[in-house]
Amino acid sequence: MEKSFFNTIADALRNWLMNGLGFSDTAAQLTATAIWTLVVILFILMNLIVLVWLERKFSAFFQQRRGPNRLGPAGFLQFPVDIVKVLGKEDIIPANADKTVFKIASTCLFITTILAWAVIPLGDGVILADLNIGLFYFLAIGSTATVSLMMGGFSSNNKYSLIGGMRTVAQMISYEIPMIFSLLGVVMMVGSLRLSDVVAAQQNMWFIVPQAIAFLVYFVATVAETNRGPFDLAEGEQELVAGYFTEYSGIRYAIWMIAEYGNLVAVSTIASIMFLGGWNAPFGLTFIPGFVWLLLKIYFMIFLFMWVKWTYPRIRIDHLMHFGWKFLIPVSLANILVTGIGIYVYRLIIG
Amino acid sequence: MDVIKPNQVDEVVRNNVVLSTVDAAFNWCRSRSLWPLTFGLACCAIEMMATADTRYDLARFGSEVFRPSPRQCDLMIIAGTITKKMQPVVKRLYEQMAEPKYVLAMGSCAISGGPFVDSYNVVLGGDTFLPVDVYVPGCPPRPEALIYGILQLREKVANPKKIEGLRKHG
Ligand code: SF4
Repeated sequence: MEKSFFNTIADALRNWLMNGLGFSDTAAQLTATAIWTLVVILFILMNLIVLVWLERKFSAFFQQRRGPNRLGPAGFLQFPVDIVKVLGKEDIIPANADKTVFKIASTCLFITTILAWAVIPLGDGVILADLNIGLFYFLAIGSTATVSLMMGGFSSNNKYSLIGGMRTVAQMISYEIPMIFSLLGVVMMVGSLRLSDVVAAQQNMWFIVPQAIAFLVYFVATVAETNRGPFDLAEGEQELVAGYFTEYSGIRYAIWMIAEYGNLVAVSTIASIMFLGGWNAPFGLTFIPGFVWLLLKIYFMIFLFMWVKWTYPRIRIDHLMHFGWKFLIPVSLANILVTGIGIYVYRLIIG
Repeated sequence: MDVIKPNQVDEVVRNNVVLSTVDAAFNWCRSRSLWPLTFGLACCAIEMMATADTRYDLARFGSEVFRPSPRQCDLMIIAGTITKKMQPVVKRLYEQMAEPKYVLAMGSCAISGGPFVDSYNVVLGGDTFLPVDVYVPGCPPRPEALIYGILQLREKVANPKKIEGLRKHG
């Protein structure tokens, strides 16, 4: 249903550009893509407002507090006010910093986030570029985020930033491997890296059922990937002040935060698409549009992330490394093996 | 075309309604989200932590984000005794904060040296070297008092004109 809805809008827009304004075919295509990119960015920013509000409310809930409740309904306007305030703050660039790198580092992370969103579908056919290597592209772009974090940590010329950046790199590279391995099980069952194919394959059964272990591994690995608690060692306040963005103030700091929350939404979306059936409606409840189902699943995943963050204390860096290398990677490898054997046996039985 | 004289430009800028409105909006937003620095010096700091915790919940007023890095916060709560050894550190932290920044002196130690006023190694109050905006007396002040102090600071930030006459420090 929503396929026709979104596609009608896109077609109408293209028609209007070509016939009404006399654009050429390519120009109309480019303009439509630009507008859709803008929609995606707006989607991330809109999500951000809700997310930060939810984060504060959940943290308050888990700590038996009230949370912000003075501005707007239930404190909903607190975050917009914070953002305006942050925009009005002084933009400090340390005297001995590597100034160019310092300035572009946060923007680089934001660009990575936006690029990753290119292949993430928000509904049937609602996607910027339905690549046949969509998942591969997402993982590849996601791993370049490490570079921007390192840039931020290195260019600040501050020992805490540097250690924070180093830790982030170590942590993200270690946890990328189990994350990719856990997604491989799903890819083997579908036989395609295209995200819309993955969703189509989950018409009857969500992959969280046959790939439950992969889902758990993916969940733990992405908590580490997005630098959220209990794995937020990169910005461990007791030891590293604020990690790689210690020296950032004002708008540059805001961009770091926006990019981090954008990444959180991105990995939650990938989890919903790979394991929770994407925009497929459960129990035949198809009267609710698929886009709404996808949003519900994304927010369920985000709730899980927040729940974990505000429940567990931070763990030590060596424990984190041991857990990643000695437990998650063997488990995800075993999962791939079992999946392979399962597919082989299934083929033997079916013939 | 008429040439605008320099003093006329000043007049135009001063009467520019839009500019003053943006300023007021910024001030209003600043006053509603004062992020304190995670930083304490003595026993008053414990009370400051209690203010942020479950029972008193500073988060209700938008001051929940205790940023550990001075670059990202607006409000320095001097919570505790400033010793001569600690004074340069406190001053440095203040200088590292990004404008606009505010200082709140919490407890009699931060106001005037408190019970240690005749000690050889205690600085006699935060206002000897920092522009303190709000004083919260007590030893230690109760969390409600700290919240009240922050709300007073909010008034001060939101209405800079109103307190112009009362101002002593920069
Ligand atoms: S004012 Fe009293 S409670 Fe506060 S730091 Fe000084 S001695 Fe401690």
